[in-house]
Amino acid sequence: MDLKVSDLSVARGGRTLLETVGFRVAAGRALALRGPNGIGKTSLLRVLAGLQPPRTGRVDPGPDAIAYAAHADGIKPSLTVAENLRFWARVFGGPDISTALEAYALAPLASRPAAYLSAGQKRRLGLARLLVTNRPVWVLDEPTVSLDRDAVALFAESVRQHLSQGGLAVIATHVDLGLDAETLDITPFRPARPRIDPGFDEAFA
Amino acid sequence: MIALLLRDLRLAVRAGGGFGLAIAFFLIVVTLVPLGVGPASGLLEEIAPGILWIAALLASLLSLDRIFALDFDDGSLDLLATAPLPLEGLVAIKALAHWITTGLALSLAALLLAPLLALPASAYLWLLLSLLLGTPALSMIGAFGAALTVGLRRGGLLLSLLVLPFYVPVLILGAETVRRGAQGLDPTTPLLLLAALSCGTIALLPFASAAVLRINLR
Repeated sequence: MDLKVSDLSVARGGRTLLETVGFRVAAGRALALRGPNGIGKTSLLRVLAGLQPPRTGRVDPGPDAIAYAAHADGIKPSLTVAENLRFWARVFGGPDISTALEAYALAPLASRPAAYLSAGQKRRLGLARLLVTNRPVWVLDEPTVSLDRDAVALFAESVRQHLSQGGLAVIATHVDLGLDAETLDITPFRPARPRIDPGFDEAFA
Repeated sequence: MIALLLRDLRLAVRAGGGFGLAIAFFLIVVTLVPLGVGPASGLLEEIAPGILWIAALLASLLSLDRIFALDFDDGSLDLLATAPLPLEGLVAIKALAHWITTGLALSLAALLLAPLLALPASAYLWLLLSLLLGTPALSMIGAFGAALTVGLRRGGLLLSLLVLPFYVPVLILGAETVRRGAQGLDPTTPLLLLAALSCGTIALLPFASAAVLRINLR
């Protein structure tokens, strides 16, 4: 399955951030998104994940094929590592959690409440969730924040495995993951003049 | 969906989940009333239905902001919105979890407290029934309010202001059911209206709440 994005324009808070974004990622490939802070990487990824409607354009396949991971890992501090992961596996109808625990070296922590994890361990748990979603397209927003070098290697290995199984990934990152990934700088998609939409799309603007 | 229900119940029972909070608040408020009003049992008996219902209403209000706010803060809500689970179903399940941890528990706790307010024994059944049939509406309306205020910092007070006016019909009908039961009149009419309110909110509000959540998640 390929990911096709065509003529996408992305707005945040009534302001158009990116226009005519188009790219294509083939199965088994990864795309690294680059661009300065505030350019709209996160908004673009949220549009891909279906959390935010695009102003124009389309994303194919839709959100049902996409596993999204952002800055917040969606971890409940009072549940254990295994309980957190098992919950997401059941919600997404994914496979057994043992492979995911192994892939991110979380097995020794499985029965520890997530409240006692370090930032890096939490992030590893958040990324392990991707492995239990059973979804072909990974959309990742700065996945390596607070990971140490070994954990980044675990992550890169997990992405490589995912790609080799025919999956694909769109990753906003500034770290070189050692992946054979194409790079897309989204700065040129910034609108020439700032555009404010007259429409009212916020609940409490 | 069952996984989500079990998770929410588990979170409510674990440390910091706030399961005991609503019950404890209910117990304390109802216990305070006889102390404040004094031992004149005729007066207590008369106001008991109203007091029990107002206390139940406030107790259920107390934990409303947890329905979505915690999941919003830690990013779970974003992830759940991308999960293969309709947002309407998510709202309904979360309201159900809220009802089990507050409404259902309050209904049972109210039976223990009724003697404290000198409520006549003939009204016990109606108290239980009215709370069981009425509190689902409180949880559904509350979930709608929680969905409206989900992105706001310190949205709790606004949530109360938004939700309380919508609680009025439930309060009137619920207290009226118990009052009629206490006076030996036939309470079926307000009870049925109460059930109708709950059914109506269960049928309609998940859709409204899901629409509001979609906007707030943008």
